[in-house]
Amino acid sequence: MTQTPILVLLLLALSSAAFYFGRKRAFQVAGGQIRKLHSLPGYYGLYVAIWAALPALLVLGVWLSMEGSLITQMVVSTLPASVQDLGPDKLNLVVNDIRNLVVGNIVSGTPDAAMQAAADRYRELQSISKLALFGVTLAVAAIAGWLAFSRIAPHHRARNGVERIVMYVLIACSLVAILTTVGIVLSVLFESIRFFRAVPVSEFLFGLDWSPQIAMRADQAGSSGAFGAVPLFAGTLLITLIAMIIAVPIGLMSAFYLAEYASRRVRAIAKPLLEVLAGIPTVVYGFFAALTVAPFIRDSGSILGLDVASESALAAGLVMGVMIIPFVSSLSDDVINAVPQSLRDGAYGMGATRSETVRQVIFPAALPGIVGAILLAVSRAIGETMIVVMAAGLAANLTANPLEAVTTVTVQIVTLLVGDQEFDSPKTLAAFALGLMLFLVTLVLNVLALHIVRKYREQYD
Amino acid sequence: MTQGKSMTVNAFEDTHETKPVKPQSTATVHRDVRETVGEVRVEDPRIRCTDVNVYYGEKHAIKNISLDVGKGEVLAMIGPSGCGKSTFLRCINRMNDTVSSCRVTGEILLDGEDINGRHIDVVPLRARVSMVFQKPNPFPKSIYENVAFGPKIHGLVQSKAELDEIVEASLRKANLWDEVKDRLDDPGLGLSGGQQQRLCIARSIAIEPEVILMDEPCSALDPISTAKVEQLIDELRQNYSICIVTHSMQQAARVSQRTAYFHLGDLIEIGKTDDLFIKPRHQLTEDYITGRFG
Amino acid sequence: MTNPTSPAAPGQSRGERNFARVQAGMKKRRAAETRFRLYGMIAVGLGLSFLLVLMFSIVSKGYSAFLQTYVRLDVPLLEEVIDPEQTRQLDTLRSADYGALVKQNLRDMFPEVTGRRDKFALYNLVSNGAGFDIRDRVLANPDLIGTTLSIWVAADDDVDMLLKGHIERTGPEADRRIKDNQLAWIDKLNAEGRLEKRFNVAFFSNGDSRDPELSGIRGALMGTIFTLIVTLSLSFPLGVAAAVYLEEFAPKNRWTDLIEVNINNLAAVPSIVFGLLGLAVFINFFELPRSAPLVGGLVLTLMTLPTIIIAGRAALKSVPPSIREAALGIGASPMQAMLYHVLPLALPGMLTGTIIGMAQALGETAPLLMIGMVAFIADVPQGIFDPSTALPVQIYLWADSPERAYVERTSAAIMILLAFLALMNTVAVLLRKRFEQRW
Ligand SMILES: Nc1ncnc2c1ncn2[C@@H]1O[C@H](COP(=O)(O)OP(=O)(O)O)[C@@H](O)[C@H]1O
Ligand SMILES: [Mg+2]
Repeated sequence: MTQTPILVLLLLALSSAAFYFGRKRAFQVAGGQIRKLHSLPGYYGLYVAIWAALPALLVLGVWLSMEGSLITQMVVSTLPASVQDLGPDKLNLVVNDIRNLVVGNIVSGTPDAAMQAAADRYRELQSISKLALFGVTLAVAAIAGWLAFSRIAPHHRARNGVERIVMYVLIACSLVAILTTVGIVLSVLFESIRFFRAVPVSEFLFGLDWSPQIAMRADQAGSSGAFGAVPLFAGTLLITLIAMIIAVPIGLMSAFYLAEYASRRVRAIAKPLLEVLAGIPTVVYGFFAALTVAPFIRDSGSILGLDVASESALAAGLVMGVMIIPFVSSLSDDVINAVPQSLRDGAYGMGATRSETVRQVIFPAALPGIVGAILLAVSRAIGETMIVVMAAGLAANLTANPLEAVTTVTVQIVTLLVGDQEFDSPKTLAAFALGLMLFLVTLVLNVLALHIVRKYREQYD
Repeated sequence: MTQGKSMTVNAFEDTHETKPVKPQSTATVHRDVRETVGEVRVEDPRIRCTDVNVYYGEKHAIKNISLDVGKGEVLAMIGPSGCGKSTFLRCINRMNDTVSSCRVTGEILLDGEDINGRHIDVVPLRARVSMVFQKPNPFPKSIYENVAFGPKIHGLVQSKAELDEIVEASLRKANLWDEVKDRLDDPGLGLSGGQQQRLCIARSIAIEPEVILMDEPCSALDPISTAKVEQLIDELRQNYSICIVTHSMQQAARVSQRTAYFHLGDLIEIGKTDDLFIKPRHQLTEDYITGRFG
Repeated sequence: MTNPTSPAAPGQSRGERNFARVQAGMKKRRAAETRFRLYGMIAVGLGLSFLLVLMFSIVSKGYSAFLQTYVRLDVPLLEEVIDPEQTRQLDTLRSADYGALVKQNLRDMFPEVTGRRDKFALYNLVSNGAGFDIRDRVLANPDLIGTTLSIWVAADDDVDMLLKGHIERTGPEADRRIKDNQLAWIDKLNAEGRLEKRFNVAFFSNGDSRDPELSGIRGALMGTIFTLIVTLSLSFPLGVAAAVYLEEFAPKNRWTDLIEVNINNLAAVPSIVFGLLGLAVFINFFELPRSAPLVGGLVLTLMTLPTIIIAGRAALKSVPPSIREAALGIGASPMQAMLYHVLPLALPGMLTGTIIGMAQALGETAPLLMIGMVAFIADVPQGIFDPSTALPVQIYLWADSPERAYVERTSAAIMILLAFLALMNTVAVLLRKRFEQRW
C-alpha cells in the first residue's frame, strides 16, 4: 500500500510540470502575443496538466481495486486440483491462509509445501503488479500529456477543453449519490437473494420464531422456523410506537408554543437548546438508556409491584422518543411558520383566542406538513440503532407489553454482523435481508414524507 | 351597485380611462398645515377615537388622530399607501396587539366604552368589531365550517339547526348562498377569489358584529367581483357600521357616506363623501383626488 | 334585522344579546387558553429538562474519571533484578522484570502478609501498569539503577473506585470487590499519605486496555481523527462539486429530479444501512482492510454527502442572480462566473454545512460497527490503514464492560465527544453569523 502515495505524488509532480510546459508552449506558439491565443495561456497549461493527471489516476484507481481479486484468482488457478475442488467455503479458508502467510501472520497448523508455494507466487505477483502499476500509470500520464501538449496551437480552444473536462468531473461527482443508492440496493439485494434461497420469503416475513443462533450448526442451516422475523418487526414497531407517543405530543406542543406563544427571547434560547437534543450522538442516548433510565424504570416498577425486564422496551422507546422530540418540533416549526400570517389574522380578526386559532386554523392548515414530519420521524425511529442495541434486548419476544424485553431489526443486524462472519451462513445473510426490509420501509416513508412536505410548501409559496 | 353609484358624481365614474374633471379649486388650507379639516364628530357615534397615536418601535405611524364612525354609516379611508390607513383600522379592534413592536395611545370608545381599557378582553371586543382583510383568507376548512367558525368559538348557537340557519343567513347576506348552497362541504379554498372574499365577509357577519372593518377588501379582486362586494357593503350598511380602507377613490365615492383622507400618519380631511370629492378643503386632499399625488 | 332564529329578548339589542353570550362563554375559553398555553410550556419544559437530566447524569458520572488514585511507592531499583550483568544494554533494561520490583516493594511495606492468596490480594492494589512506569523512568535515566525511586503509580481500579465512593466498604465480605484485609492495607497507605487523587494522564495518553486504570481514549480519538480526515477530504470536494453541478449547470429534467429525490432520501436512510453497504462493497468486494479508518471514512463520506450537497445547494441558491449576470455580462464563461464570482460567496455556507456533516459523522456509531471498527484494539493507530476504533465506538465498548470503573470512563469519553461536537457546532454558528449575507 505504501507505494500508492508515492505514485500519486509523482503524478502530481508530472502534472505540475505539464502545466508549466503547456503554458510556456502557448506563449511560444503565440510568438509572445497573447492576443493571438484563443484562451489565456494558463488554460493551455491546465489543459495539458489535466490530461497528464486524470487518465493516469483513473488507471491507478481501477488497478488498485482489481489487483487483490485478480492476484487471488491467478494464485488459486495454480493451486493443486485437489484444493480447487474443495468448494467455495473451504477454498476461502485456504485463500485466507495464503494471505496470512504472505503478510507473515501465524497460520493455523503448519503450512504445507503447496501453500508455501502459493504464498510465494502471491508475493511474486504482488511485486510484479507493483512494478507494472508504476510503469503503466506513468506511461499513460506521459502519453496523454504529450498528446495534449502537441495540440497546443493559437486556435486551439483550451479553455473550452478544460471546462468540458471540469463539467464531466462535476457530473461524475453528482452521480456518486446515485451510485450510493444503487450500491445500497445491490449490496442488500444480492445477499438477501442468497438468503432467500436458504430460507423462503414467506418464512422470513410471516414466521413467528426468530433464533438465528441455532442455525449456526451445519446440520440445521436454514432449518424451518429459525428465521421468522415477525417478532423483530413487532419489537421495532413497539419501540417506535413508544417513541412516537413521547415525541409527537411533546414535539408538536413545543413547536406550537415556540411558534405562536413564546416571546422572541424565549424562542431564541429554547429552540437551539431543544435542537441540541438532536445533535447528541445516539450512542450517548444508548448509554443513558441502559445505565440510567432502564434501572430507574425497573426500580419504579418493582415499587409498584410490576415485573419489569431490565432491558424493557419502555426504556429504549422512552429515550428514543426524547431523541426524536427536536426532530418533530423543528420540522413542525418550519411547517407552522409556513402557514401564512393572513390565516392567523383572519382568526384573530374575528375574536378567536390564541389556542382556538392554533387548534382550529393553524393546525389544520399545517396538518399535511406535520404528517410529513411525523413520517420522517417514524422512519428515523425505525432505523435508529445504537439506543436499541444498548438498551433493548436480544430476546425475540413477540409481545405488546412495553415492560418486557423485545428486540428490533437493527439490533439483530448488528448482532448478526459483529464478530466473526461467514458469508455463506444464513445467519450472516439474514442481516442483509433485514437490511433490505429496513431500507425498503424507510424508503417508502421518506419518499412519501418528502413528497407531502414538498406539496405542502408549494401550496403556500 | 345601485345605491352606491347614485350617490356619486358622474365625473368620478371612470377615471381609469378619462382624467377626472378637475373640481373647482375651493381648497383653502395650505399643504404644509397638518391639522384635520372637516367635522370629525357625528351625532350618534358607534366609535369615537380621540388623539390616537401609533408607534412601531421608534416610528410614529399615526399622529394624533380623532374621528367618529357613525351608526349605520360606511366610512371610507383613503390616502397614499404607507400613510397609516391599515394601521389605524387595526387599532379599532386591537389587531395591533398581535404586532409586538406596536404601541397605541389615545382613546377609542366603542359605544362609549374604552376598548383599550384594562378590563377589556380583545376576544369579545373582536366579536363586536370584526375584520375583513385585503387578501381573501378562508380557513383550510369547508365552506360551511368557515362560516360556522365564529358562531362556534363564541358559543352563539345552541344547536346544529341554529348554526345551519346562521350559516345560510350569513351566506345569503353575503350574496354567496346561491353559488355555494350545493357544495357547502367543499373546501373554502376551492372558490374563486371574489367568492373567497365574500365567504370571508359571510364569516365576519356570521357573528353579527356591530362594526365591520375592511382593509382594501377588493384590491385582489376582478371588477365583477368588486361590484358584487361593493353592492354587499351597501346592503350591510343598514345593520352594521363599516370602515373600509380603499386605494380606489371611485370605490370610496361609490360605497361610503363619509370619507377620511390620511397623509403620512395624519388625518388631513374628513367629511361627507360628496363634499370631500367635489370641493376638498385641504390642498393635500385636492392634490390626491386630482391625481397629482399618490 | 335580527337573526331570524334567535330573536332578541325584549329591550335587548342584537349586539347586546350576542355580547352577553360571548361574555358568558369567556370564562371557559380563558381557562382553555391558559390550559393550552400551559401544555406548551410543559412540553418545552419537558424537552429542556430531558436535556438537563441527560447532561447532569453524564457529567455527574463522568467528571471523577479525570482524576485517578495513585499510590506512592519507594522502589529500590535493585541492580540484580534489572541488570544482573551490568551491561546497561537497552534490550536488557527493557525486558527486565520491573513488576517483580513492585511486588517486592509491596511485600516489604507489608511484611506481615504471608500466604499466596494474601500476597496476590496485596499485589492487586497496584495497577499492572506500575512496572511499565518504572521501566520508562529507568530507560530514560539508567543511572537510577541502584537507587531508590520514589514514584506515583496508578492504583488498581477497584482501589480507585473505593476511594471515590463507588464501591461499598460495608456489607458481607464475599459480595465485595475489596476484601477486609485489602481495606486495612488501603487505610494504612492512606494514613501514610501514599494515596492521592491526581490528574488522570493515562486517560488521555493510552489506548484501550483490559485494565480500566490503564485504558484511555487516545487510540479511539486518533481513529476518529483519521476517519474524519478521510471523510472530510472526500466529502467536501465531492459535495461541493455535486452541489455546483446540480444547482448551477444541471438541466431541469427527469434525471436531475431523480437525483434530487435520491439525495433527499439518502439523507434520511438509516445509518446502519450505510454500514451494510460499506461491508458488502468496500470490505467484501474491494477487499479493503477491516477495522481501518479508511473504510470508516469512506462509509461516513457517503453518509454525510447528502447533508453537504443540500447545504451547498442552499448556499448557492442564496447568491443573488445579479452576481452571475454581472459576471456573464463582462464576458466570463458560465464556468468562470461560477468559479470566480458565485462560489467564493457560497463557500462560507458550504463550509457551515460541511462542519455540520462532520459533526454528524463524528457521533456516528452504527455503520462503524458493521465494518469492524469495534474490535478491542490496544495500540494507538498510526494511519488510515491501521485497525482502530472511533470515539463513539469506544463509548459503546466501554458501556458494555462490567467493571464499575468503566462507567465513569464511558461518561468522561462522552463528555469529550460532546465537547468536540459543541466546538464544531459553535464554529459552524459563528461562521454563519460572520458571513451572513447582506444583500
Ligand atoms: N408591522 C410593522 N412594523 C413596522 N412598521 C410598520 C408595520 N406595519 C406598518 N408599518 C409602517 O407604518 C406605516 C403605515 O403603514 P400601513 O398602515 O400599512 O399603511 P397603509 O395601509 O396606509 O398603506 C408605513 O410606513 C409602514 O412602513
Ligand atoms: Mg394597507
